Amino acid sequence: MILLPVLLPAAAAVIAFIIRAHLPRRILLVAVAGTHAALVGWLWLEPSRFPPLGAWMALDSLGALFLGITSLLFLVVSVYAVGFLRRESGSTSADPEEGFLFDNTPEALFTACLLGFLSTMTLVTVSRHFGLLWVAIEATTLVSAPLIHYHRHHRSLEATWKYILLCSVGIAVALLGTYFIAAAVPRGSGGITSLTFDRLIERASQLDVRWLKAGFLLLLVGYGTKMGLAPLHAWLPDAHSEAPPLVSALLSGALLNCAFLAILRILSVCAAAGLGPFGRQILLVFGLVSMAVAAGLIIGQGDYKRMLAYSSVEHMGILAVGIGLGGTGDWGALFHAVNHSLTKAALFLLAGNILAAYGTKKSADVEGALRRIPVTGALWIAGFFAILGAPPFGAFSSELAILRAAVSSGSWVVVVLYSLLLAAVFAGMIGVLVRMAQGGKPSAARAAGGLAADLPAATARRREPVLAVAAPTVLLALTGGLGIFVPGFLNRAIAQAAMLLGIS
Amino acid sequence: MTLWIESFLVLLMITSLWLLGSSRLLSCIAAVSVQGVLLAALPLLLGIDAPPWRLFLQAGVSLGLKGIAFPLLLLRAVRSVDARREMEPLVGYSLSLLIGVALLAGSLAAGVRMPLPAAGTPVLLVPAAMFTALTGLFVIVGRRSAIVQAMGYLAMENGIAAFGLAIAEQEPLLVEMGTLLDAFVAVFVMGITIFHINREFDHIDADRLSTLKDSP
Repeated sequence: MILLPVLLPAAAAVIAFIIRAHLPRRILLVAVAGTHAALVGWLWLEPSRFPPLGAWMALDSLGALFLGITSLLFLVVSVYAVGFLRRESGSTSADPEEGFLFDNTPEALFTACLLGFLSTMTLVTVSRHFGLLWVAIEATTLVSAPLIHYHRHHRSLEATWKYILLCSVGIAVALLGTYFIAAAVPRGSGGITSLTFDRLIERASQLDVRWLKAGFLLLLVGYGTKMGLAPLHAWLPDAHSEAPPLVSALLSGALLNCAFLAILRILSVCAAAGLGPFGRQILLVFGLVSMAVAAGLIIGQGDYKRMLAYSSVEHMGILAVGIGLGGTGDWGALFHAVNHSLTKAALFLLAGNILAAYGTKKSADVEGALRRIPVTGALWIAGFFAILGAPPFGAFSSELAILRAAVSSGSWVVVVLYSLLLAAVFAGMIGVLVRMAQGGKPSAARAAGGLAADLPAATARRREPVLAVAAPTVLLALTGGLGIFVPGFLNRAIAQAAMLLGIS
Repeated sequence: MTLWIESFLVLLMITSLWLLGSSRLLSCIAAVSVQGVLLAALPLLLGIDAPPWRLFLQAGVSLGLKGIAFPLLLLRAVRSVDARREMEPLVGYSLSLLIGVALLAGSLAAGVRMPLPAAGTPVLLVPAAMFTALTGLFVIVGRRSAIVQAMGYLAMENGIAAFGLAIAEQEPLLVEMGTLLDAFVAVFVMGITIFHINREFDHIDADRLSTLKDSP
């Protein structure tokens, strides 16, 4: 039963690859996404119906939380994908920035990879064994590489190559870390289940601390590369800025979380072995460095998709800081992961709409979005405030919870750095937002002596596809709702998941 | 038996130096495939406490992928892009070999200090594994050609797999096969990307993939 959410999209991927007609394939994509979400919902309601598969696969509250985010996000994105593919698929198009012609990846392959992506991410959330977890995370890299290379031109190719190479090297380091963990297990107690989370936590006191420490560091570097923690984030801005919008949304909203989950898994083993403070300390440092690097690159960033990508680096840093502080920070970080996924996915989808309307990724060339594409423009403003942690959005309460954890930890350096960096990012992003949303008033342009004939075309309202604005609206409404009221079941799930990280 | 194992491990280290020192792509492929064959033989020699069918299956799949499939894939990539040798590596070949020797010394020094919990692990296993993995990493950083970088990734993977043999009891077969399959697909995806890179740019130098950067 637990295998069903993994196998269903995998089987659908094969079918999608074979189907030749576009319409049935698109229906299949949405249907599978819907079924998957329904399955996950059922899993949340009646976990007893999904018994664990040996010692290998089971869903605990931590996995369920991340599976829930992934599944929900995929459902919304698949709806967006239908509209996106209808507009983009098959035809040769001209690059909006450099003007050359390029083809797109065949839709069958693209859809198959999307479904494969869902399957492998689900596998990440249900695996209970470090080896299996590794296999699943590497598999996510491999099926998502063709997704980044959807527009077949030199820039996306460059991004894809960096993505494969850097993430594969990172994952190779994580494999070494996995072997180190295995080396920490005392001899004679081996057997097939010795690398499962439960057995490791059960016998944590017998583990060799030196190997466990080294293993934790290697896993943190390896999976941290995938999660985009600075200074290991080099692939992230390129991949996010060149991938099509729905892929960026999935990368940022779901894939980074999967890597984060892997880091949490090893942290819980460390905590059981009495190394919790050591692990959390290192995560805290990584988190603050990520926030600082991201803040430095966001300020003065001229490309709005790259800005969103660096914002992801920043938010991964916030998650690491939250976990690093522990206590309320655990709850805050897990809740923040939910909010960040919803908001960032919405923002990347909206960035796709803006790119389609303006044909440029330079934020300086985008003016008057509120007038030209009013719905997208309004959502863009809401999304920016949501990601910056302004009330009433969910990120406000989660960032506040982490701040409270920092204050109660008594480390004033962390409190000051954390608030300063949040403020710096706020200042860096808000200026760009104002210029993109407002600006370019027709009267001002006319006074400046612009080409009068071009003006109506440049400022005229464009038709906005319904699906392209509906998907981000749903996501932003959800995170807005979470800011006002956290439903009991979600609150319980997050609290349970935070418990799993171990009090230490 | 120990003599056999130790000589195989020395050969493994020599293949890494071979990869570091050769400029011809075909020679690099040969080095990586010999490395794969050596690695496939290791589980049979090490005297791991596991049922024989499992060891033979592991050795067989490993031989098939690392000794045969990977070299063929790389050969195809080299033919399709019509490249003969790496022209201008970022780090020259003599210097690479010198760095290789330094890495070897470092791995030997570190390897003996990190005792594995298992008794009876050959002394050279950990140093050889570390050296192979580090060489792979160095090749990824120090070469321009995307094909050679892919070979560096393979060497890194080989080194880590060799380390995995030292703790083979804990690694269930399923995970091992999954690891191999992932490595296989990784090389496959890299091969396809290299093919696209060549078609798009007329060269396979990864360091010229440098359009994407931050601009104000």
